Amino acid sequence: MKRVKKIFTFFFCLLLWAMLPVWPDAKAVGMYTYTYDYWGDERESPAAYAARTFIAGNMFGIGDFSEPQGMFVKDGKIYVCDTGNNRIVVFELKGTEVKFVEEFGEISGDVENKTLSGPNDIFVAKNGDMYICDTKNQRILHIDKNHKFIKELTRPNDETVDQASDFLPQKAVADSSGRVYAVVKNYNKGFVEYDASGKFSGYIGANQVTFKMSDYFWKLISTKAQREQMEQFVPTEYNNLFIDNDGFIYATTSTFEEYDLLSDKAKPIRKLNSLGTDILIKNGEYPPIGDIDWGKAGGISGSSKLIDITVLDREVYYALDMTRGRIFGYDSQGNLLYAFGGLGNKLGYFQYPTAIEHDGDNLLVLDSKNAGITIFEPTNYGKLINNALDEYKKGNYDSSADYWRQVLALNGNYDQAYIGIGRSLLRQGEYKQAMHYFKVKNDEKNYAKAFKLYRKEWMEKNIGWIFGIIIAAIVISSSVKIARRIIWEARRA
Amino acid sequence: MKVIDRIGNEKVRHVLQTLKYSLYVITHPLDGFWDLTHEKRGSVAAANIIIALAILTKIWKLRFTSFQFIRVYWEHVNVLEQILGMILPIIIGCIANWSLSTLFDGKGTFKDIYMACGYALTPYVLIQLPMIFISNIIAYDEGAFYTYIIGFSAIWCGMLFMSAMMMVHDFSLGKALLVMAATLVGVMVIVFLLLLLFSLISDAVAYFVSLYKEIVFRLY
Repeated sequence: MKRVKKIFTFFFCLLLWAMLPVWPDAKAVGMYTYTYDYWGDERESPAAYAARTFIAGNMFGIGDFSEPQGMFVKDGKIYVCDTGNNRIVVFELKGTEVKFVEEFGEISGDVENKTLSGPNDIFVAKNGDMYICDTKNQRILHIDKNHKFIKELTRPNDETVDQASDFLPQKAVADSSGRVYAVVKNYNKGFVEYDASGKFSGYIGANQVTFKMSDYFWKLISTKAQREQMEQFVPTEYNNLFIDNDGFIYATTSTFEEYDLLSDKAKPIRKLNSLGTDILIKNGEYPPIGDIDWGKAGGISGSSKLIDITVLDREVYYALDMTRGRIFGYDSQGNLLYAFGGLGNKLGYFQYPTAIEHDGDNLLVLDSKNAGITIFEPTNYGKLINNALDEYKKGNYDSSADYWRQVLALNGNYDQAYIGIGRSLLRQGEYKQAMHYFKVKNDEKNYAKAFKLYRKEWMEKNIGWIFGIIIAAIVISSSVKIARRIIWEARRA
Repeated sequence: MKVIDRIGNEKVRHVLQTLKYSLYVITHPLDGFWDLTHEKRGSVAAANIIIALAILTKIWKLRFTSFQFIRVYWEHVNVLEQILGMILPIIIGCIANWSLSTLFDGKGTFKDIYMACGYALTPYVLIQLPMIFISNIIAYDEGAFYTYIIGFSAIWCGMLFMSAMMMVHDFSLGKALLVMAATLVGVMVIVFLLLLLFSLISDAVAYFVSLYKEIVFRLY
């Protein structure tokens, strides 16, 4: 009896244990990740990035951040604009370990106003010079790495600018020659550009004004009051920018009409060359606009509002969406790699994200309401995708396909993997198989390439008996005709 | 011709002969449609066959055309819907046309209109059916060929409808165009009335259902 009881207890315990929820690895929080398929349907995907750590100011004994707006990462150092506390905080980053380095709210050197007031953004040049958007002091500060004043950029002395208006720089970057591009609040002619000496040299990246016949028509038939209403059309105002290694500016904007998004008229992400022309490559099925299916849930509706962008060395770029707190990763061809993140209180979720930066392959997201930085590290799945893209960029298409095969083993819905494998098969001369891979993902252009080669191969192989049949048909039909004629003649005779 | 004439069963022979006549109709539309109704050279059975073939063509086109030219989201495809999508416009169009052409002194009976409508669909079958096969042996960048031919078949059908309208009802070209436009409006009116009818019926049914439920809840 006792033994039965023991066995029963054992199995009962086993049952209880089986009912316990499986705790995920607390250090690696995988989150809901997805891509969009050809039809624009959301397809779940394995987690590509995992949130590793969350850092807040009070962990380092420097007090909490207060509404931090800007962040910059360079050479393993994080520069945070602690806007509400009027200071810049610098951390050292090693992998996912973070060490406090310094904080400063004052600069030295030959300038009247030495304190920062509401700094909104910081950019650090190759030589360590910093460009700080000292917003409330209405200037962009240029200081060296010892915080010594070099120059300040102020309101452009230009007739396009109302000299009585406030000059509120929001974001700034500098290129390798010292030119500064800045996003200034209420300036809608594009980025304000300063030359290396700090002189205003113009605007860059303004929207082209296009004339529409329909506008003219509506203006003809509308009343004066209606016309005045129409003229309050606001051109693009950028909200953030990033300068990549080649000096191209990646910019985000959220002033557009939502219905312009899918037709790619809104262009929330742009890559500007030195002339200010958008040269972003968009070979994906959908333009890079963040979410395609907007839905309405949890009181959130509407399109993605991309507010920051960071570009990795492999030309993969990640855009941060404020509407749903998501991060969208795109490859250099404009294909969505994956989207993840969300609004919430767990590690890896945000409340009011304001900035995204990268350190190597790791992503850092600054949240102004949580007053902290979340550090994401690519998972095994994310690394495989990165490797595949890297190998492809180097021209090693076959080893790239090997990585895509591993990706496919983890995610059977991944369009880019099918197309990547198809491309490699096409190069190896396996046309039929390549056609299959392209067909699965509706890639008609690559399919046509493979198909033409396959068709040629098939014709060369089968040309013999095709001609044989044709010749045989001709011979048989003509001989039947001749035979009939002979019979007919014979009967007549 | 010889083979058809040798068929013993008179009915089958007649159907096949009238079916073969469709080839004459599409190449000589004015003459063809006049004889179709006035010389009794067409049959409803042949028109039925052509419409059935057109429905088959429509479905096979979805299923077998190369994905380079037509993308089908199979989760949203319903074969019944596809079939009705062919039959309903024909039936409603014929009803609307018959109703209106009677007002406009048209000579055609409903049977004539239906028959002419069926015969006018012949190029759709004759061209689009082989194009399903051809789409599978051409590549995406040769697609202009495909789209032009599909467009050509549609224009051909449209011209046949036009000639059918003129010949069956003995209309002039202007009057035929006018009646065609009026037919489109008529189709919309019929669809509107049908929707109205269905929604009224469903409302009425819902009223009695809720009445019944109310009574049941009161009693128990």
